[in-house]
Amino acid sequence: MKNSSILIAHGAGGQLSHELIAELFLPFLENPVLSNLDDSALLTAPGTRLALTTDAYVVKPLFFPGGDIGRLSLCGTVNDLAMMGAAPLGIAASFILEEGFATEKLERILGSLKAAAEEAGTEVVAGDTKVVERGKADGLFITTSGVGAVPEGVDIQGRNAREGDAVILSGPVGDHEAGILLARGDFSLKGTVLSDCAPLNHLVDAMLGASKEIHVLRDPTRGGLATVLWEIANSSEVGLEVEEEAIQVRSEVMGVCDLLGFDPLYLANEGKLVAVVPEKHAEKVLSAMKSHPLGKSSVAIGRVVAGHPGRVHLKTRIGGHRLLEPLSGEQFPRIC
Amino acid sequence: MRKMETDETRIASLVKEIPELLDGGFRAMEVCGTHTVSIFRSGIRSLLPESVDLISGPGCPVCVTPVGEIDKAVNLAHRKDVVILTFGDLMRVPGSTSSLSLARAEGSDVRIITSPLDTLAIAQAEPGKKAVFFAVGFETTSPAIAASVREARAKGIENLFILSSLRLIPPALRALLSSKKLALDGFLLPGHVSVIIGAAPYSFLVREFAIGGVITGFEALDILEGVSMLLRQKKEARAAIEIQYRRAVKEGGNPRALGIMDEVFMPVDASWRGLGTIPDSGLALREEFRGMDAAQAFDIPYEEVDDPPGCRCGEVLQGLIRPPECPLFGTRCTPQYPVGPCMVSSEGSCAAFYRYGALR
Repeated sequence: MKNSSILIAHGAGGQLSHELIAELFLPFLENPVLSNLDDSALLTAPGTRLALTTDAYVVKPLFFPGGDIGRLSLCGTVNDLAMMGAAPLGIAASFILEEGFATEKLERILGSLKAAAEEAGTEVVAGDTKVVERGKADGLFITTSGVGAVPEGVDIQGRNAREGDAVILSGPVGDHEAGILLARGDFSLKGTVLSDCAPLNHLVDAMLGASKEIHVLRDPTRGGLATVLWEIANSSEVGLEVEEEAIQVRSEVMGVCDLLGFDPLYLANEGKLVAVVPEKHAEKVLSAMKSHPLGKSSVAIGRVVAGHPGRVHLKTRIGGHRLLEPLSGEQFPRIC
Repeated sequence: MRKMETDETRIASLVKEIPELLDGGFRAMEVCGTHTVSIFRSGIRSLLPESVDLISGPGCPVCVTPVGEIDKAVNLAHRKDVVILTFGDLMRVPGSTSSLSLARAEGSDVRIITSPLDTLAIAQAEPGKKAVFFAVGFETTSPAIAASVREARAKGIENLFILSSLRLIPPALRALLSSKKLALDGFLLPGHVSVIIGAAPYSFLVREFAIGGVITGFEALDILEGVSMLLRQKKEARAAIEIQYRRAVKEGGNPRALGIMDEVFMPVDASWRGLGTIPDSGLALREEFRGMDAAQAFDIPYEEVDDPPGCRCGEVLQGLIRPPECPLFGTRCTPQYPVGPCMVSSEGSCAAFYRYGALR
């Protein structure tokens, strides 16, 4: 790797994160399953296909409007499974606690983790705790892992997008990261945006109920919508054409972006998904999404084209065109 | 993105009107980095005829900060009792051997702030540390920095220092035109800077160089309007300083902000990346505030350092070349591994070209 030490930007979910994985992790750990770099690994066991995923949570602050690290750590892992179409079978959670951490806070976090698990219809079935010295874990870090079963006839992977497919987005973007930025209070910004943090597995169930022909699902977390679209274009070796006008951004989120010079298309979400669906199933899937509470603002934002493979073209609000590149460089730390 | 409904019809009619106003080639410089980003983000280039040439100027504060000044900040960051406070974009600008971002990864205390007033709270909360605010920016940010200097003085805060790389826009435009390397039909003048300074400080453009300018806002519609106003000047063979951004800019600027800037700072000769030393183009603390001047309080070596080998940021900043004409662009110099500052800053034109692609 080009850098001799780890930078904050290596954790931002953009190109440097990709590089860290491609140049440092994969040379040691590479295998056909891991190399797909999807949200979960697909494993086959006799008679069934399983999805397996793991994710660490280091968010700061631990409590934020719309959620806390407990809810986030459950939703993030359930969503990674859901993005393969898998229903969660069980969740494992590891807690790295800092000496001096208030048990009252831990109770609140566990309560909200439990509530989120109930919302998702799953349970924490294994766990571990470790305690480290004061100042070594920013209060609390959580790692969750999940196993899910992939239903018969479902094949959802980042590489499956095909020419002519519709690209659907489940609602306004940027809520989670804008909410965290405001909650951190670092930037003398006033106001509140609720994080969209939510388990998406029931929404995905509803979509699969409408059609099993969903090609790709992705939740635009770190790196935001722009990075996820770019990843899909690259994994599937197709081009994407997306309309800026169709992408919703709440005015409060836009306000945060205007002040800090951010592009909302690069802000993290924790309760949104992007679906790539064959055109003839798009209507059914979209209407199933709209009738689910977490997808009621769903909208088709573009389509997959044969031209410009690996590139995402954005038609701007005023009718111009530009490329959407993945997040590059430093994004703000500790958002998930 | 669905924002409040802007004048879509006005945009459509400007897109139609601009080619009709054109008479041969037309080249304007957008001085401000925020304009550059807005032009790319909204895809304005793809809507204009190819003969409308919009080039980026020296209006990205991080980009014009010379290597030697980055080195000074990195030098201070390595001292145990110092916390460096700075705006995010500066973190990754390479100095001659390191950057603030690398210094932080190696254990230095470097923190990102977004408002100059944050510096007061940090200095007060940590009296055992010397808080050094590495201040870059133009007339837009200088009044708020001046206000925090005054506030620190009033509150008796003694551990806050300013490392000033503050710069002024009009002297840079004068230097740019005096070099005679660049032929321009007009300037899209920076909206935010002009909120503070007003229109009068640009009058020399017309008087001495016979070049007009339009003080322009940052929405796509503003920029298209600014372009059409400049085209009209050209068509009518006149040069003037006009204000498109009326909703924010007054002829006389903001006298209160100008007053506090003048109370705290004085103009000094300053070095710009690409443009060299320009008379009276930087801001230094006045005598009464010298106690807070990091350059005085610390013994920091300063060396004029050449730009990194091969880096053509200096020419990009003067509008002499477009970013892709630099041999390092997209090869050795990318937003992940920037060589020059124009690839680092979110307002840098190399970063904008890289990020938003060359779809014209």
